[in-house]
This record gives sequence, structure tokens and C-alpha cells, in this order.
Amino acid sequence: MRAAPLPNDRPDTGPVLDIRDLVVEFPTRRGVLTAIRGVSVTVERGEILGIVGESGAGKSLTGAAVIGLLEPPGRIAGGEIRIRGRRIDNLPKRDMMALRGSTIGAIFQDPLTSLNPLLTVGDQLIETIRCHLPLSRAEAAMRAIDLLNEVGIPSAELRLQQYPHQFSGGMRQRVVIALALAGEPDLVVADEPTTALDVSIQAQITALLKRICRDRGTAVMLVTHDMGVIAETADRVAVMYAGRIVEIGPVDDIIRRPQHPYTRGLIGSIPSLVTSHERLVQIDGAMPRLNSMPAGCAFHPRCVLADTRCRSTLPPLLTNGSGLAACWNLAAGNAVEAA
Amino acid sequence: MLAIIVKRIGNAALVMLVVAFIAFMIFQFLGDPVQLMLNSQATQGDRDALRIRLGLDQPVIMQFFTFVVRALHGDFGVSFRNQREVMSLIAERFPATFELVMVSTVLALLIGIPLGVFAAINPKNLAARMARMVSMIGISVPAFVIGIVLILIFSVQLGWLPAFGRGEVVQFGTWSTGLLTPSGRLALIMPSISLALFQISFVMRLVTAEMLEVLRTDYIKFARARGLPDRSVHFRHALKNCMMPVVTMTGMMIGDLIAFALVTETVFQWPGMGLLFVQAVMFIDIPVMAAYLMIVSVIFITLNTIVDFVYLAVDPRLRQAGSGGGGHVR
Repeated sequence: MRAAPLPNDRPDTGPVLDIRDLVVEFPTRRGVLTAIRGVSVTVERGEILGIVGESGAGKSLTGAAVIGLLEPPGRIAGGEIRIRGRRIDNLPKRDMMALRGSTIGAIFQDPLTSLNPLLTVGDQLIETIRCHLPLSRAEAAMRAIDLLNEVGIPSAELRLQQYPHQFSGGMRQRVVIALALAGEPDLVVADEPTTALDVSIQAQITALLKRICRDRGTAVMLVTHDMGVIAETADRVAVMYAGRIVEIGPVDDIIRRPQHPYTRGLIGSIPSLVTSHERLVQIDGAMPRLNSMPAGCAFHPRCVLADTRCRSTLPPLLTNGSGLAACWNLAAGNAVEAA
Repeated sequence: MLAIIVKRIGNAALVMLVVAFIAFMIFQFLGDPVQLMLNSQATQGDRDALRIRLGLDQPVIMQFFTFVVRALHGDFGVSFRNQREVMSLIAERFPATFELVMVSTVLALLIGIPLGVFAAINPKNLAARMARMVSMIGISVPAFVIGIVLILIFSVQLGWLPAFGRGEVVQFGTWSTGLLTPSGRLALIMPSISLALFQISFVMRLVTAEMLEVLRTDYIKFARARGLPDRSVHFRHALKNCMMPVVTMTGMMIGDLIAFALVTETVFQWPGMGLLFVQAVMFIDIPVMAAYLMIVSVIFITLNTIVDFVYLAVDPRLRQAGSGGGGHVR
């Protein structure tokens, strides 16, 4: 029934990130909106977990909850988040601040706006490094140069003196990655790290993320709406819909044999270079609003396979091949796909 | 960088020339100075002699040229009313106004900026809400009311502070200052507070609004996500990005106060430029009005040029001359 296996008692061998039954709520004047309704997921050392879904599915919120930077009035209303076995979702603000940067790094969508325009890249790197490691300014500057070299920025010494506006978009995202790595985190939450970049730069950045993950053993939670990026980068993928994970499993299996009708729709909507389409396949309708969630499976109003059970009872995540999927009609789905 | 500086100064000089032309035109259109200066018994010969002495027989363009050259030497002619050099009249009054305005501006920045930051980072704090309420009063109540209330409390009732004047001043050449004597400093307290109250409120509200804006930006979110302490996020990363509008408004405010502090100056009988200007208007004292216009313009243009240079110092993106942003490596 659970997406995540039980955590190991020994933190070093267990998953780096272990989220269980996470619920995120937004209290508003008209009542409480539940944006994430019980998400369970783990990320291992050196693993890239992709989280994919359309806008409003709750994928970015899951990331924000892990970093502890939910925008007020958003709050974690249930479940647990553990990093290396240590529970972090109920930590006081001060302790959480100490974890950010040093245990959990974050990369945001837009490299053009993620850097402070009035401080040099060196100032920002050195400040971040010294915030987490007991180094002198000169030592921190040496580390900053190493970091810039590691993320593939040439003539790093010179670049330290420059301001963000003197970097191109792709270079800025490399700086952002260097900043996220400055405190040597175990986990990096990357929220749409390539969305604002053009395609050729996207490929470079995803390659860089993969290399860092491999070389440093950093666990990466990659949040994106782009199935292509997931296919290239992630080891496993979790598909989110309306605040829940509807399917999770190894990325190759999910792309080749998607089980959940929603995943099939997502993958079907990727244009193919091999076969030509008159029109792209699309999933009709829109995701339900938070204040009007349908009973049963949240996807049933848009699902061609929906029956009475889908309309009344929420499907749990069921083991299906190498992964898990939350659908009552998996067998029927397979039959449809085979036909 | 040098090119930008030269360009800015060139712009400033051009604007000054236009202002000089307007000031010069006042002489042309506000009646015949010869009529104004001579009594009705004067003969035609007297009139012609004065006309030649004042250079009014010259073509207009030559008169303008002479006016500019004289203005550059600080010579704005003689006041019609009290027959003294306009420049020395202004030089006598200017330090008083300047000192008052600078003290209240420094007060405004020292109090307004921290209050504004405080109100922005603790929006629900009771003290911050109180400060915002009081700032509303500070913005809406005119300075003369505050001045009169202050006089009533601290001079009439308590007798702690002088109700009018500058106190004792120390003379440095043509410059006089009240900052060096105890009575001068005491006399400065109430006028500067009543001038500063509006400015404090204004700076505070401006900083709060800007901070709230900046605190929502991605780079602040990213700074927090890197685990930087609040102190650094608020003051190093956020406040610096709020400074542009504050610098702009401070520049305009200083100019505005120097030119039009006359209400406060009247309430406290402060011997500044405001009083001089009011008298000049009442007596149609054209040379004083023209000089006043020129000097106020010089102050505004100087302040704006300084503001432009502060921009360059604060924001590295502006230091790239000519390129509309997006350039990568210089």
C-alpha cells in the first residue's frame, strides 16, 4: 500500500530523504484547502527522483515542504519528513535554518532571478560557504573557485569578481547549482531547474546534475513538468496528480509501460519524432480545483476508463510490475494499451 | 564609466542653461525695470542713461549672454527692495535653511529606514503596526501644525526649548552654523523634528513597501534556501535592493525642503531662504526671484546628479554604459 519502503534503522544505509503520508494545507477564510493529500516517497543516496505532474499537482509544494520554505499560510498538517533518519518537519525555525544549505540544498526555476543582482557571484558564494563551514574568507574564496570549476564555469577566479548580469542564463544556473552545493548537502531539491533555459542549455544542465549526483553521491529530488527532462535525468519517477502520487517506479518502465491512465496521457502528449501526428494527444479537461475535489479517484472526471468504483472509492497505490500505481483499472488499462 | 559621468554632467549643464533662460525671461516680461527703478520725475535722459548702464540697449541675445556670464560669477544684480547684492542676501540665509534640512533628512533616514525594515519583516508585530499608524499621522498632519504643537508643549508649557530663532551661530567666512553652540543645537531641535516627521513617515512607508516587494523575490527565497541567517537576508540582500527608490526620494525631498521650507521657517522664525523668498514675491523683487529660481534649480540638478551617481555605485548593472542590459562579459 505504501510507495516507500520502511526506513532503515541505520541512517547511513537508509534513504537520504524519506517522506511519509505528507499532508500540506492552506487555511483560508473559506476553509482549509488541502494541496498535498498523503504523499510518500524516498530518495536514496546518489539517486535522482523525478517528480512530474501538471501545474497545481503539488510537486513544487512537496519540494518546498522538504526545504521548510512553504509560503505562509501553507503548513504541514500531517505525515513525516526524514533526512538520514532524522525527522525534520517539526523542527524549530532555527534548527531548520541550520539544515538548509548544509543538509538540503535547493535549486530554483529561474536562474535569472535566483541571484542577487547587487552582489558579485564571489560574494554570494563566499557568504554561503562561510555560513556552513568554519573557513576564513580566503579559504572560502578558494573553495568557491573549486565549486565554479566543478560546475563547469571557465576562468573561475575572474568570474568571482563579476555580477550575475555578466553571466548568460546557462552560466547563471551553473552558479545557482554551485551555490546549492556550497554547504555540501546530502539532498538537493531542484524545482524546475531547466524550465527557464533553452533546449541546448537544458541538456548541459541535466548532464551536470547527473554528474554531481554520481560524483558526490548527492540525492536529488527533481521537480519538473517536463517528461523529456525526467526521461534523460531521473532514475525513478513519481507522477503526481491533484496532491497525490498516482504512479511511481523506475523511469524506463514508466516511460515504456505507463500503468496509470494519467501517466499514459502525459506520455502520449509528448510529440514523437518518429511518428507524425496531425494533432498532439491531449488529456481533456483540467485538474480539479482544491476546493472541489471529486469523490473517489481525483482523475475520474477526465478518465476514459472511469467506472462506478472510481467515482466512489479512492484507489490505493498498488504494486504493478516494477512500480506502484493508484488505479482500479490497471488490468483493463493494460488491456486497452495492448489492443 | 567616465563616459557616463561626463554625459550626466553635460546634461546637468544643459538643463541649467534652460533654467537660466527662463529666469532671464522674468526680467523681460515682468515690466520695464527702468520704470520700476526710477521715480516719475526722471527725465528721458535719465531713462536712457540707466537703460545703457543696465545694458538694456543691447540685443536680447547679448543681454542673455551677459546674464549667464554674470550668473556664473555669482552676480545676480542688486535687490530692488533693499538695494543690496542679491548674492550676499542669499548667502546670508542659505546656511540656516541648509543646516535645518540636512539635520532633518539625516534624522529621517536614521529613523525611517530601520523602522521601515522592522515593519516589513514583522508585519504582525504590535509595535510595527503602531509605527505604521503613527506614520500615517506623520504624513497627513502638516508641518506647521506639528511645529505649533511642539512650541506649545516644549516652549510655552515646559520652557525647555527656544520657540524661535537660530540661537548663537558660529561664522566660518560666509557660512554660519548653529551646530557648534549649545543654544544653536537647542534651537535646531524643534524645527528639524517638525520638518523630519513627514520625512520619517515617508521613508518608513517607502522602505516597508519596497522591502515587502523584495522579500518576495526569488533571490531572497534562494538566499533563505541556502540557510543564510535572517540578519544577512534582510539587511545584506534585501535592504540593498530597496535603496534605489529611497535614494531617489531622498534627493527630491532635500531639494524640495531647501526650496520650500518656508512654512516651518515662518512658524519658528527661522532666518532661512524661505522668508527671503516670501518677501521677494510680495515686493516684486525680480533680481531676488530670478536668483532664487537659479539657485533652487542648481540645488535640484546637483542633487539629481548625485542621485544618478549613487545609482551607479549601488547597482552594477547600470555601470555598463550604453548596453541595455543582457551583456555578458565586459
